Amino acid sequence: MTLMENIANGSIEPILKGRGLVKRYGKVTALDHCDFDLYPGEILAVIGDNGAGKSSLIKAVSGAVVPDEGDVFLEGKPVHFTSPIDARKEGIETVYQTLAMSPALSIADNMFMGREIRKPGFRGKWLRQLDRPKMEQIARDKLSELGLMTIQNINQAVETLSGGQRQGVAVARAAAFGSKVIILDEPTAALGVKESRRVLELILDVRSRGIPIILISHNMPHVFEVADRIHVHRLGKRLCVIDPKDYTMSDAVAFMTGAKEAPN
Amino acid sequence: MSGNADDYEAAIKPSAADEVASFSERKGFLARLQHALHVNPALVPLFVLVVSICLFALLLGSRFLSPFALTLILQQVQIVGIVAAAQSLVILTAGIDLSVGAIAVLSSVIMGQFTFRYGVPVEIAVALGLAFGTVVGSINGWLVAVMKLPPFIVTLGMWQIVLAANFLYSANETIRAQDIEENAPLLQFLGTTFKVGADADGRGGATFTFGVIAMVVIFAFLAYALKHTAWGRHIYAVGDDPDAAQLSGVNVKRTLISVYAVTGFICAIAGWALIGRIGSVSPTSGQLLNIESITAVVIGGISLFGGRGSIMGPLFGALIVGVFTLGLRLAGADAQWTFLLIGALIIGAVAVDQWIRKVSA
Repeated sequence: MTLMENIANGSIEPILKGRGLVKRYGKVTALDHCDFDLYPGEILAVIGDNGAGKSSLIKAVSGAVVPDEGDVFLEGKPVHFTSPIDARKEGIETVYQTLAMSPALSIADNMFMGREIRKPGFRGKWLRQLDRPKMEQIARDKLSELGLMTIQNINQAVETLSGGQRQGVAVARAAAFGSKVIILDEPTAALGVKESRRVLELILDVRSRGIPIILISHNMPHVFEVADRIHVHRLGKRLCVIDPKDYTMSDAVAFMTGAKEAPN
Repeated sequence: MSGNADDYEAAIKPSAADEVASFSERKGFLARLQHALHVNPALVPLFVLVVSICLFALLLGSRFLSPFALTLILQQVQIVGIVAAAQSLVILTAGIDLSVGAIAVLSSVIMGQFTFRYGVPVEIAVALGLAFGTVVGSINGWLVAVMKLPPFIVTLGMWQIVLAANFLYSANETIRAQDIEENAPLLQFLGTTFKVGADADGRGGATFTFGVIAMVVIFAFLAYALKHTAWGRHIYAVGDDPDAAQLSGVNVKRTLISVYAVTGFICAIAGWALIGRIGSVSPTSGQLLNIESITAVVIGGISLFGGRGSIMGPLFGALIVGVFTLGLRLAGADAQWTFLLIGALIIGAVAVDQWIRKVSA
């Protein structure tokens, strides 16, 4: 059975679920009783016009903002994230559009920022010494698992990498620690054609390990190429969820802008 | 048109292969030099230090190049060196601490006055002085991290407050060196000298003080902490990009407060060393420490924009200033030449920093 059929007959449960999410910024309602579902093993694209509330939705499920109303469920259990760190502890990793990396620090330093590994025994416990060889080894393994094998110098500063390489490192960091969900915010927006291609391959690679991905993107060809389902966001709520195989890109754009009546 | 979305990229596919993450070696001497400096920013001040020592050695011979003269430089820079170590931490977080000198002086005054005015045992008085520095540093850190006030403004204010409190509290009284020597020698502990390789009459030879040892130990400790602990990596990350650090899971507020607190603590140690250096407790001493420490840090190659630089740089920076000061004095030059050269070094150091930052290949 296909994913869509499984969802339709209710035989699988969403891994990450939002119900009736509301977020207001002063007089602006960014999220208006919005629902959200992410199923295991899928790539869910979230599309919507600028200002439709995509970012607010993603921030609400990743802990970057606390919704005014509504609930978020992870594997069926209600969760209340007050910061991205909370979400991260639960296995939800977000790759921000800004990448959230420290340019002057090395690839290994960046991958382990905020969750460094200390040496075992006295040196780690009392001298607080970091286990650099171990962290470098893990970083190298993670990068080569994702086909970024050609990175030889794991101690190279991130600012010496190209845009695609940085994105690759950021995705690798998320894949290394995101045990349940990975959220990618506009991963190809700042990249050239070649580098976008490589990052899309990375995304498919991550899915093939069974980790579900939320992909926020403006790039319709990219969305239609990799997404299993597309969540169309409009005026602060979920307008519809479509299967990219049943609709064309122009249909999706029409739903998104209100030029066409949504299905269902 | 939309049905065949993939085709437009077909042209690039064969060559795209694995190129996203390939790293080619850079060519050219300048590029390699830039890369070396990027990895090791303390190389420039070390080079300047070695060259200036060689120059003065050629010019002045054994008058300069003797264990006695060289260790004299160490003694002369110990206070500035300790304060520069503290200042480096704050500057690495993209902040600045103008109150370092004032904290050092008031800490030394507290150590002295508690011993002599209230009869507190001298060990406890020293501990209270160190605690005072830490508390003032923590307040700076809290104002910067939690109240989100600019570090320059916070520490400019704190400088005035602490300095005024220093004069009000001490009533502008100096505690004389003889009194300290008789009643509370521990206050002068960091001024204790010992000689290595002196002749039978105790002349010549390398002369060290415990203050110099303290300076070296503080630098060694910070070098370890910055490179080999999570706290150190967080300091760099916060200075580099606080938002990114926060999103990566660094507790930015706690890191900042701890940095300012450690800075205050180290400044208080500098205050203690100051008593050892001048013998007495004087509320009017150490007035230039903040500017001198910032000078050492900048010459040492730590970026004022935060997140870049090696802690050993400021040590070299302080020593460069010491070498110039002593060398030019031995050469009989006007002291203004020192300031002129230091000024040129500051501008040169910042220019090098900007160059190192241009790493886009």
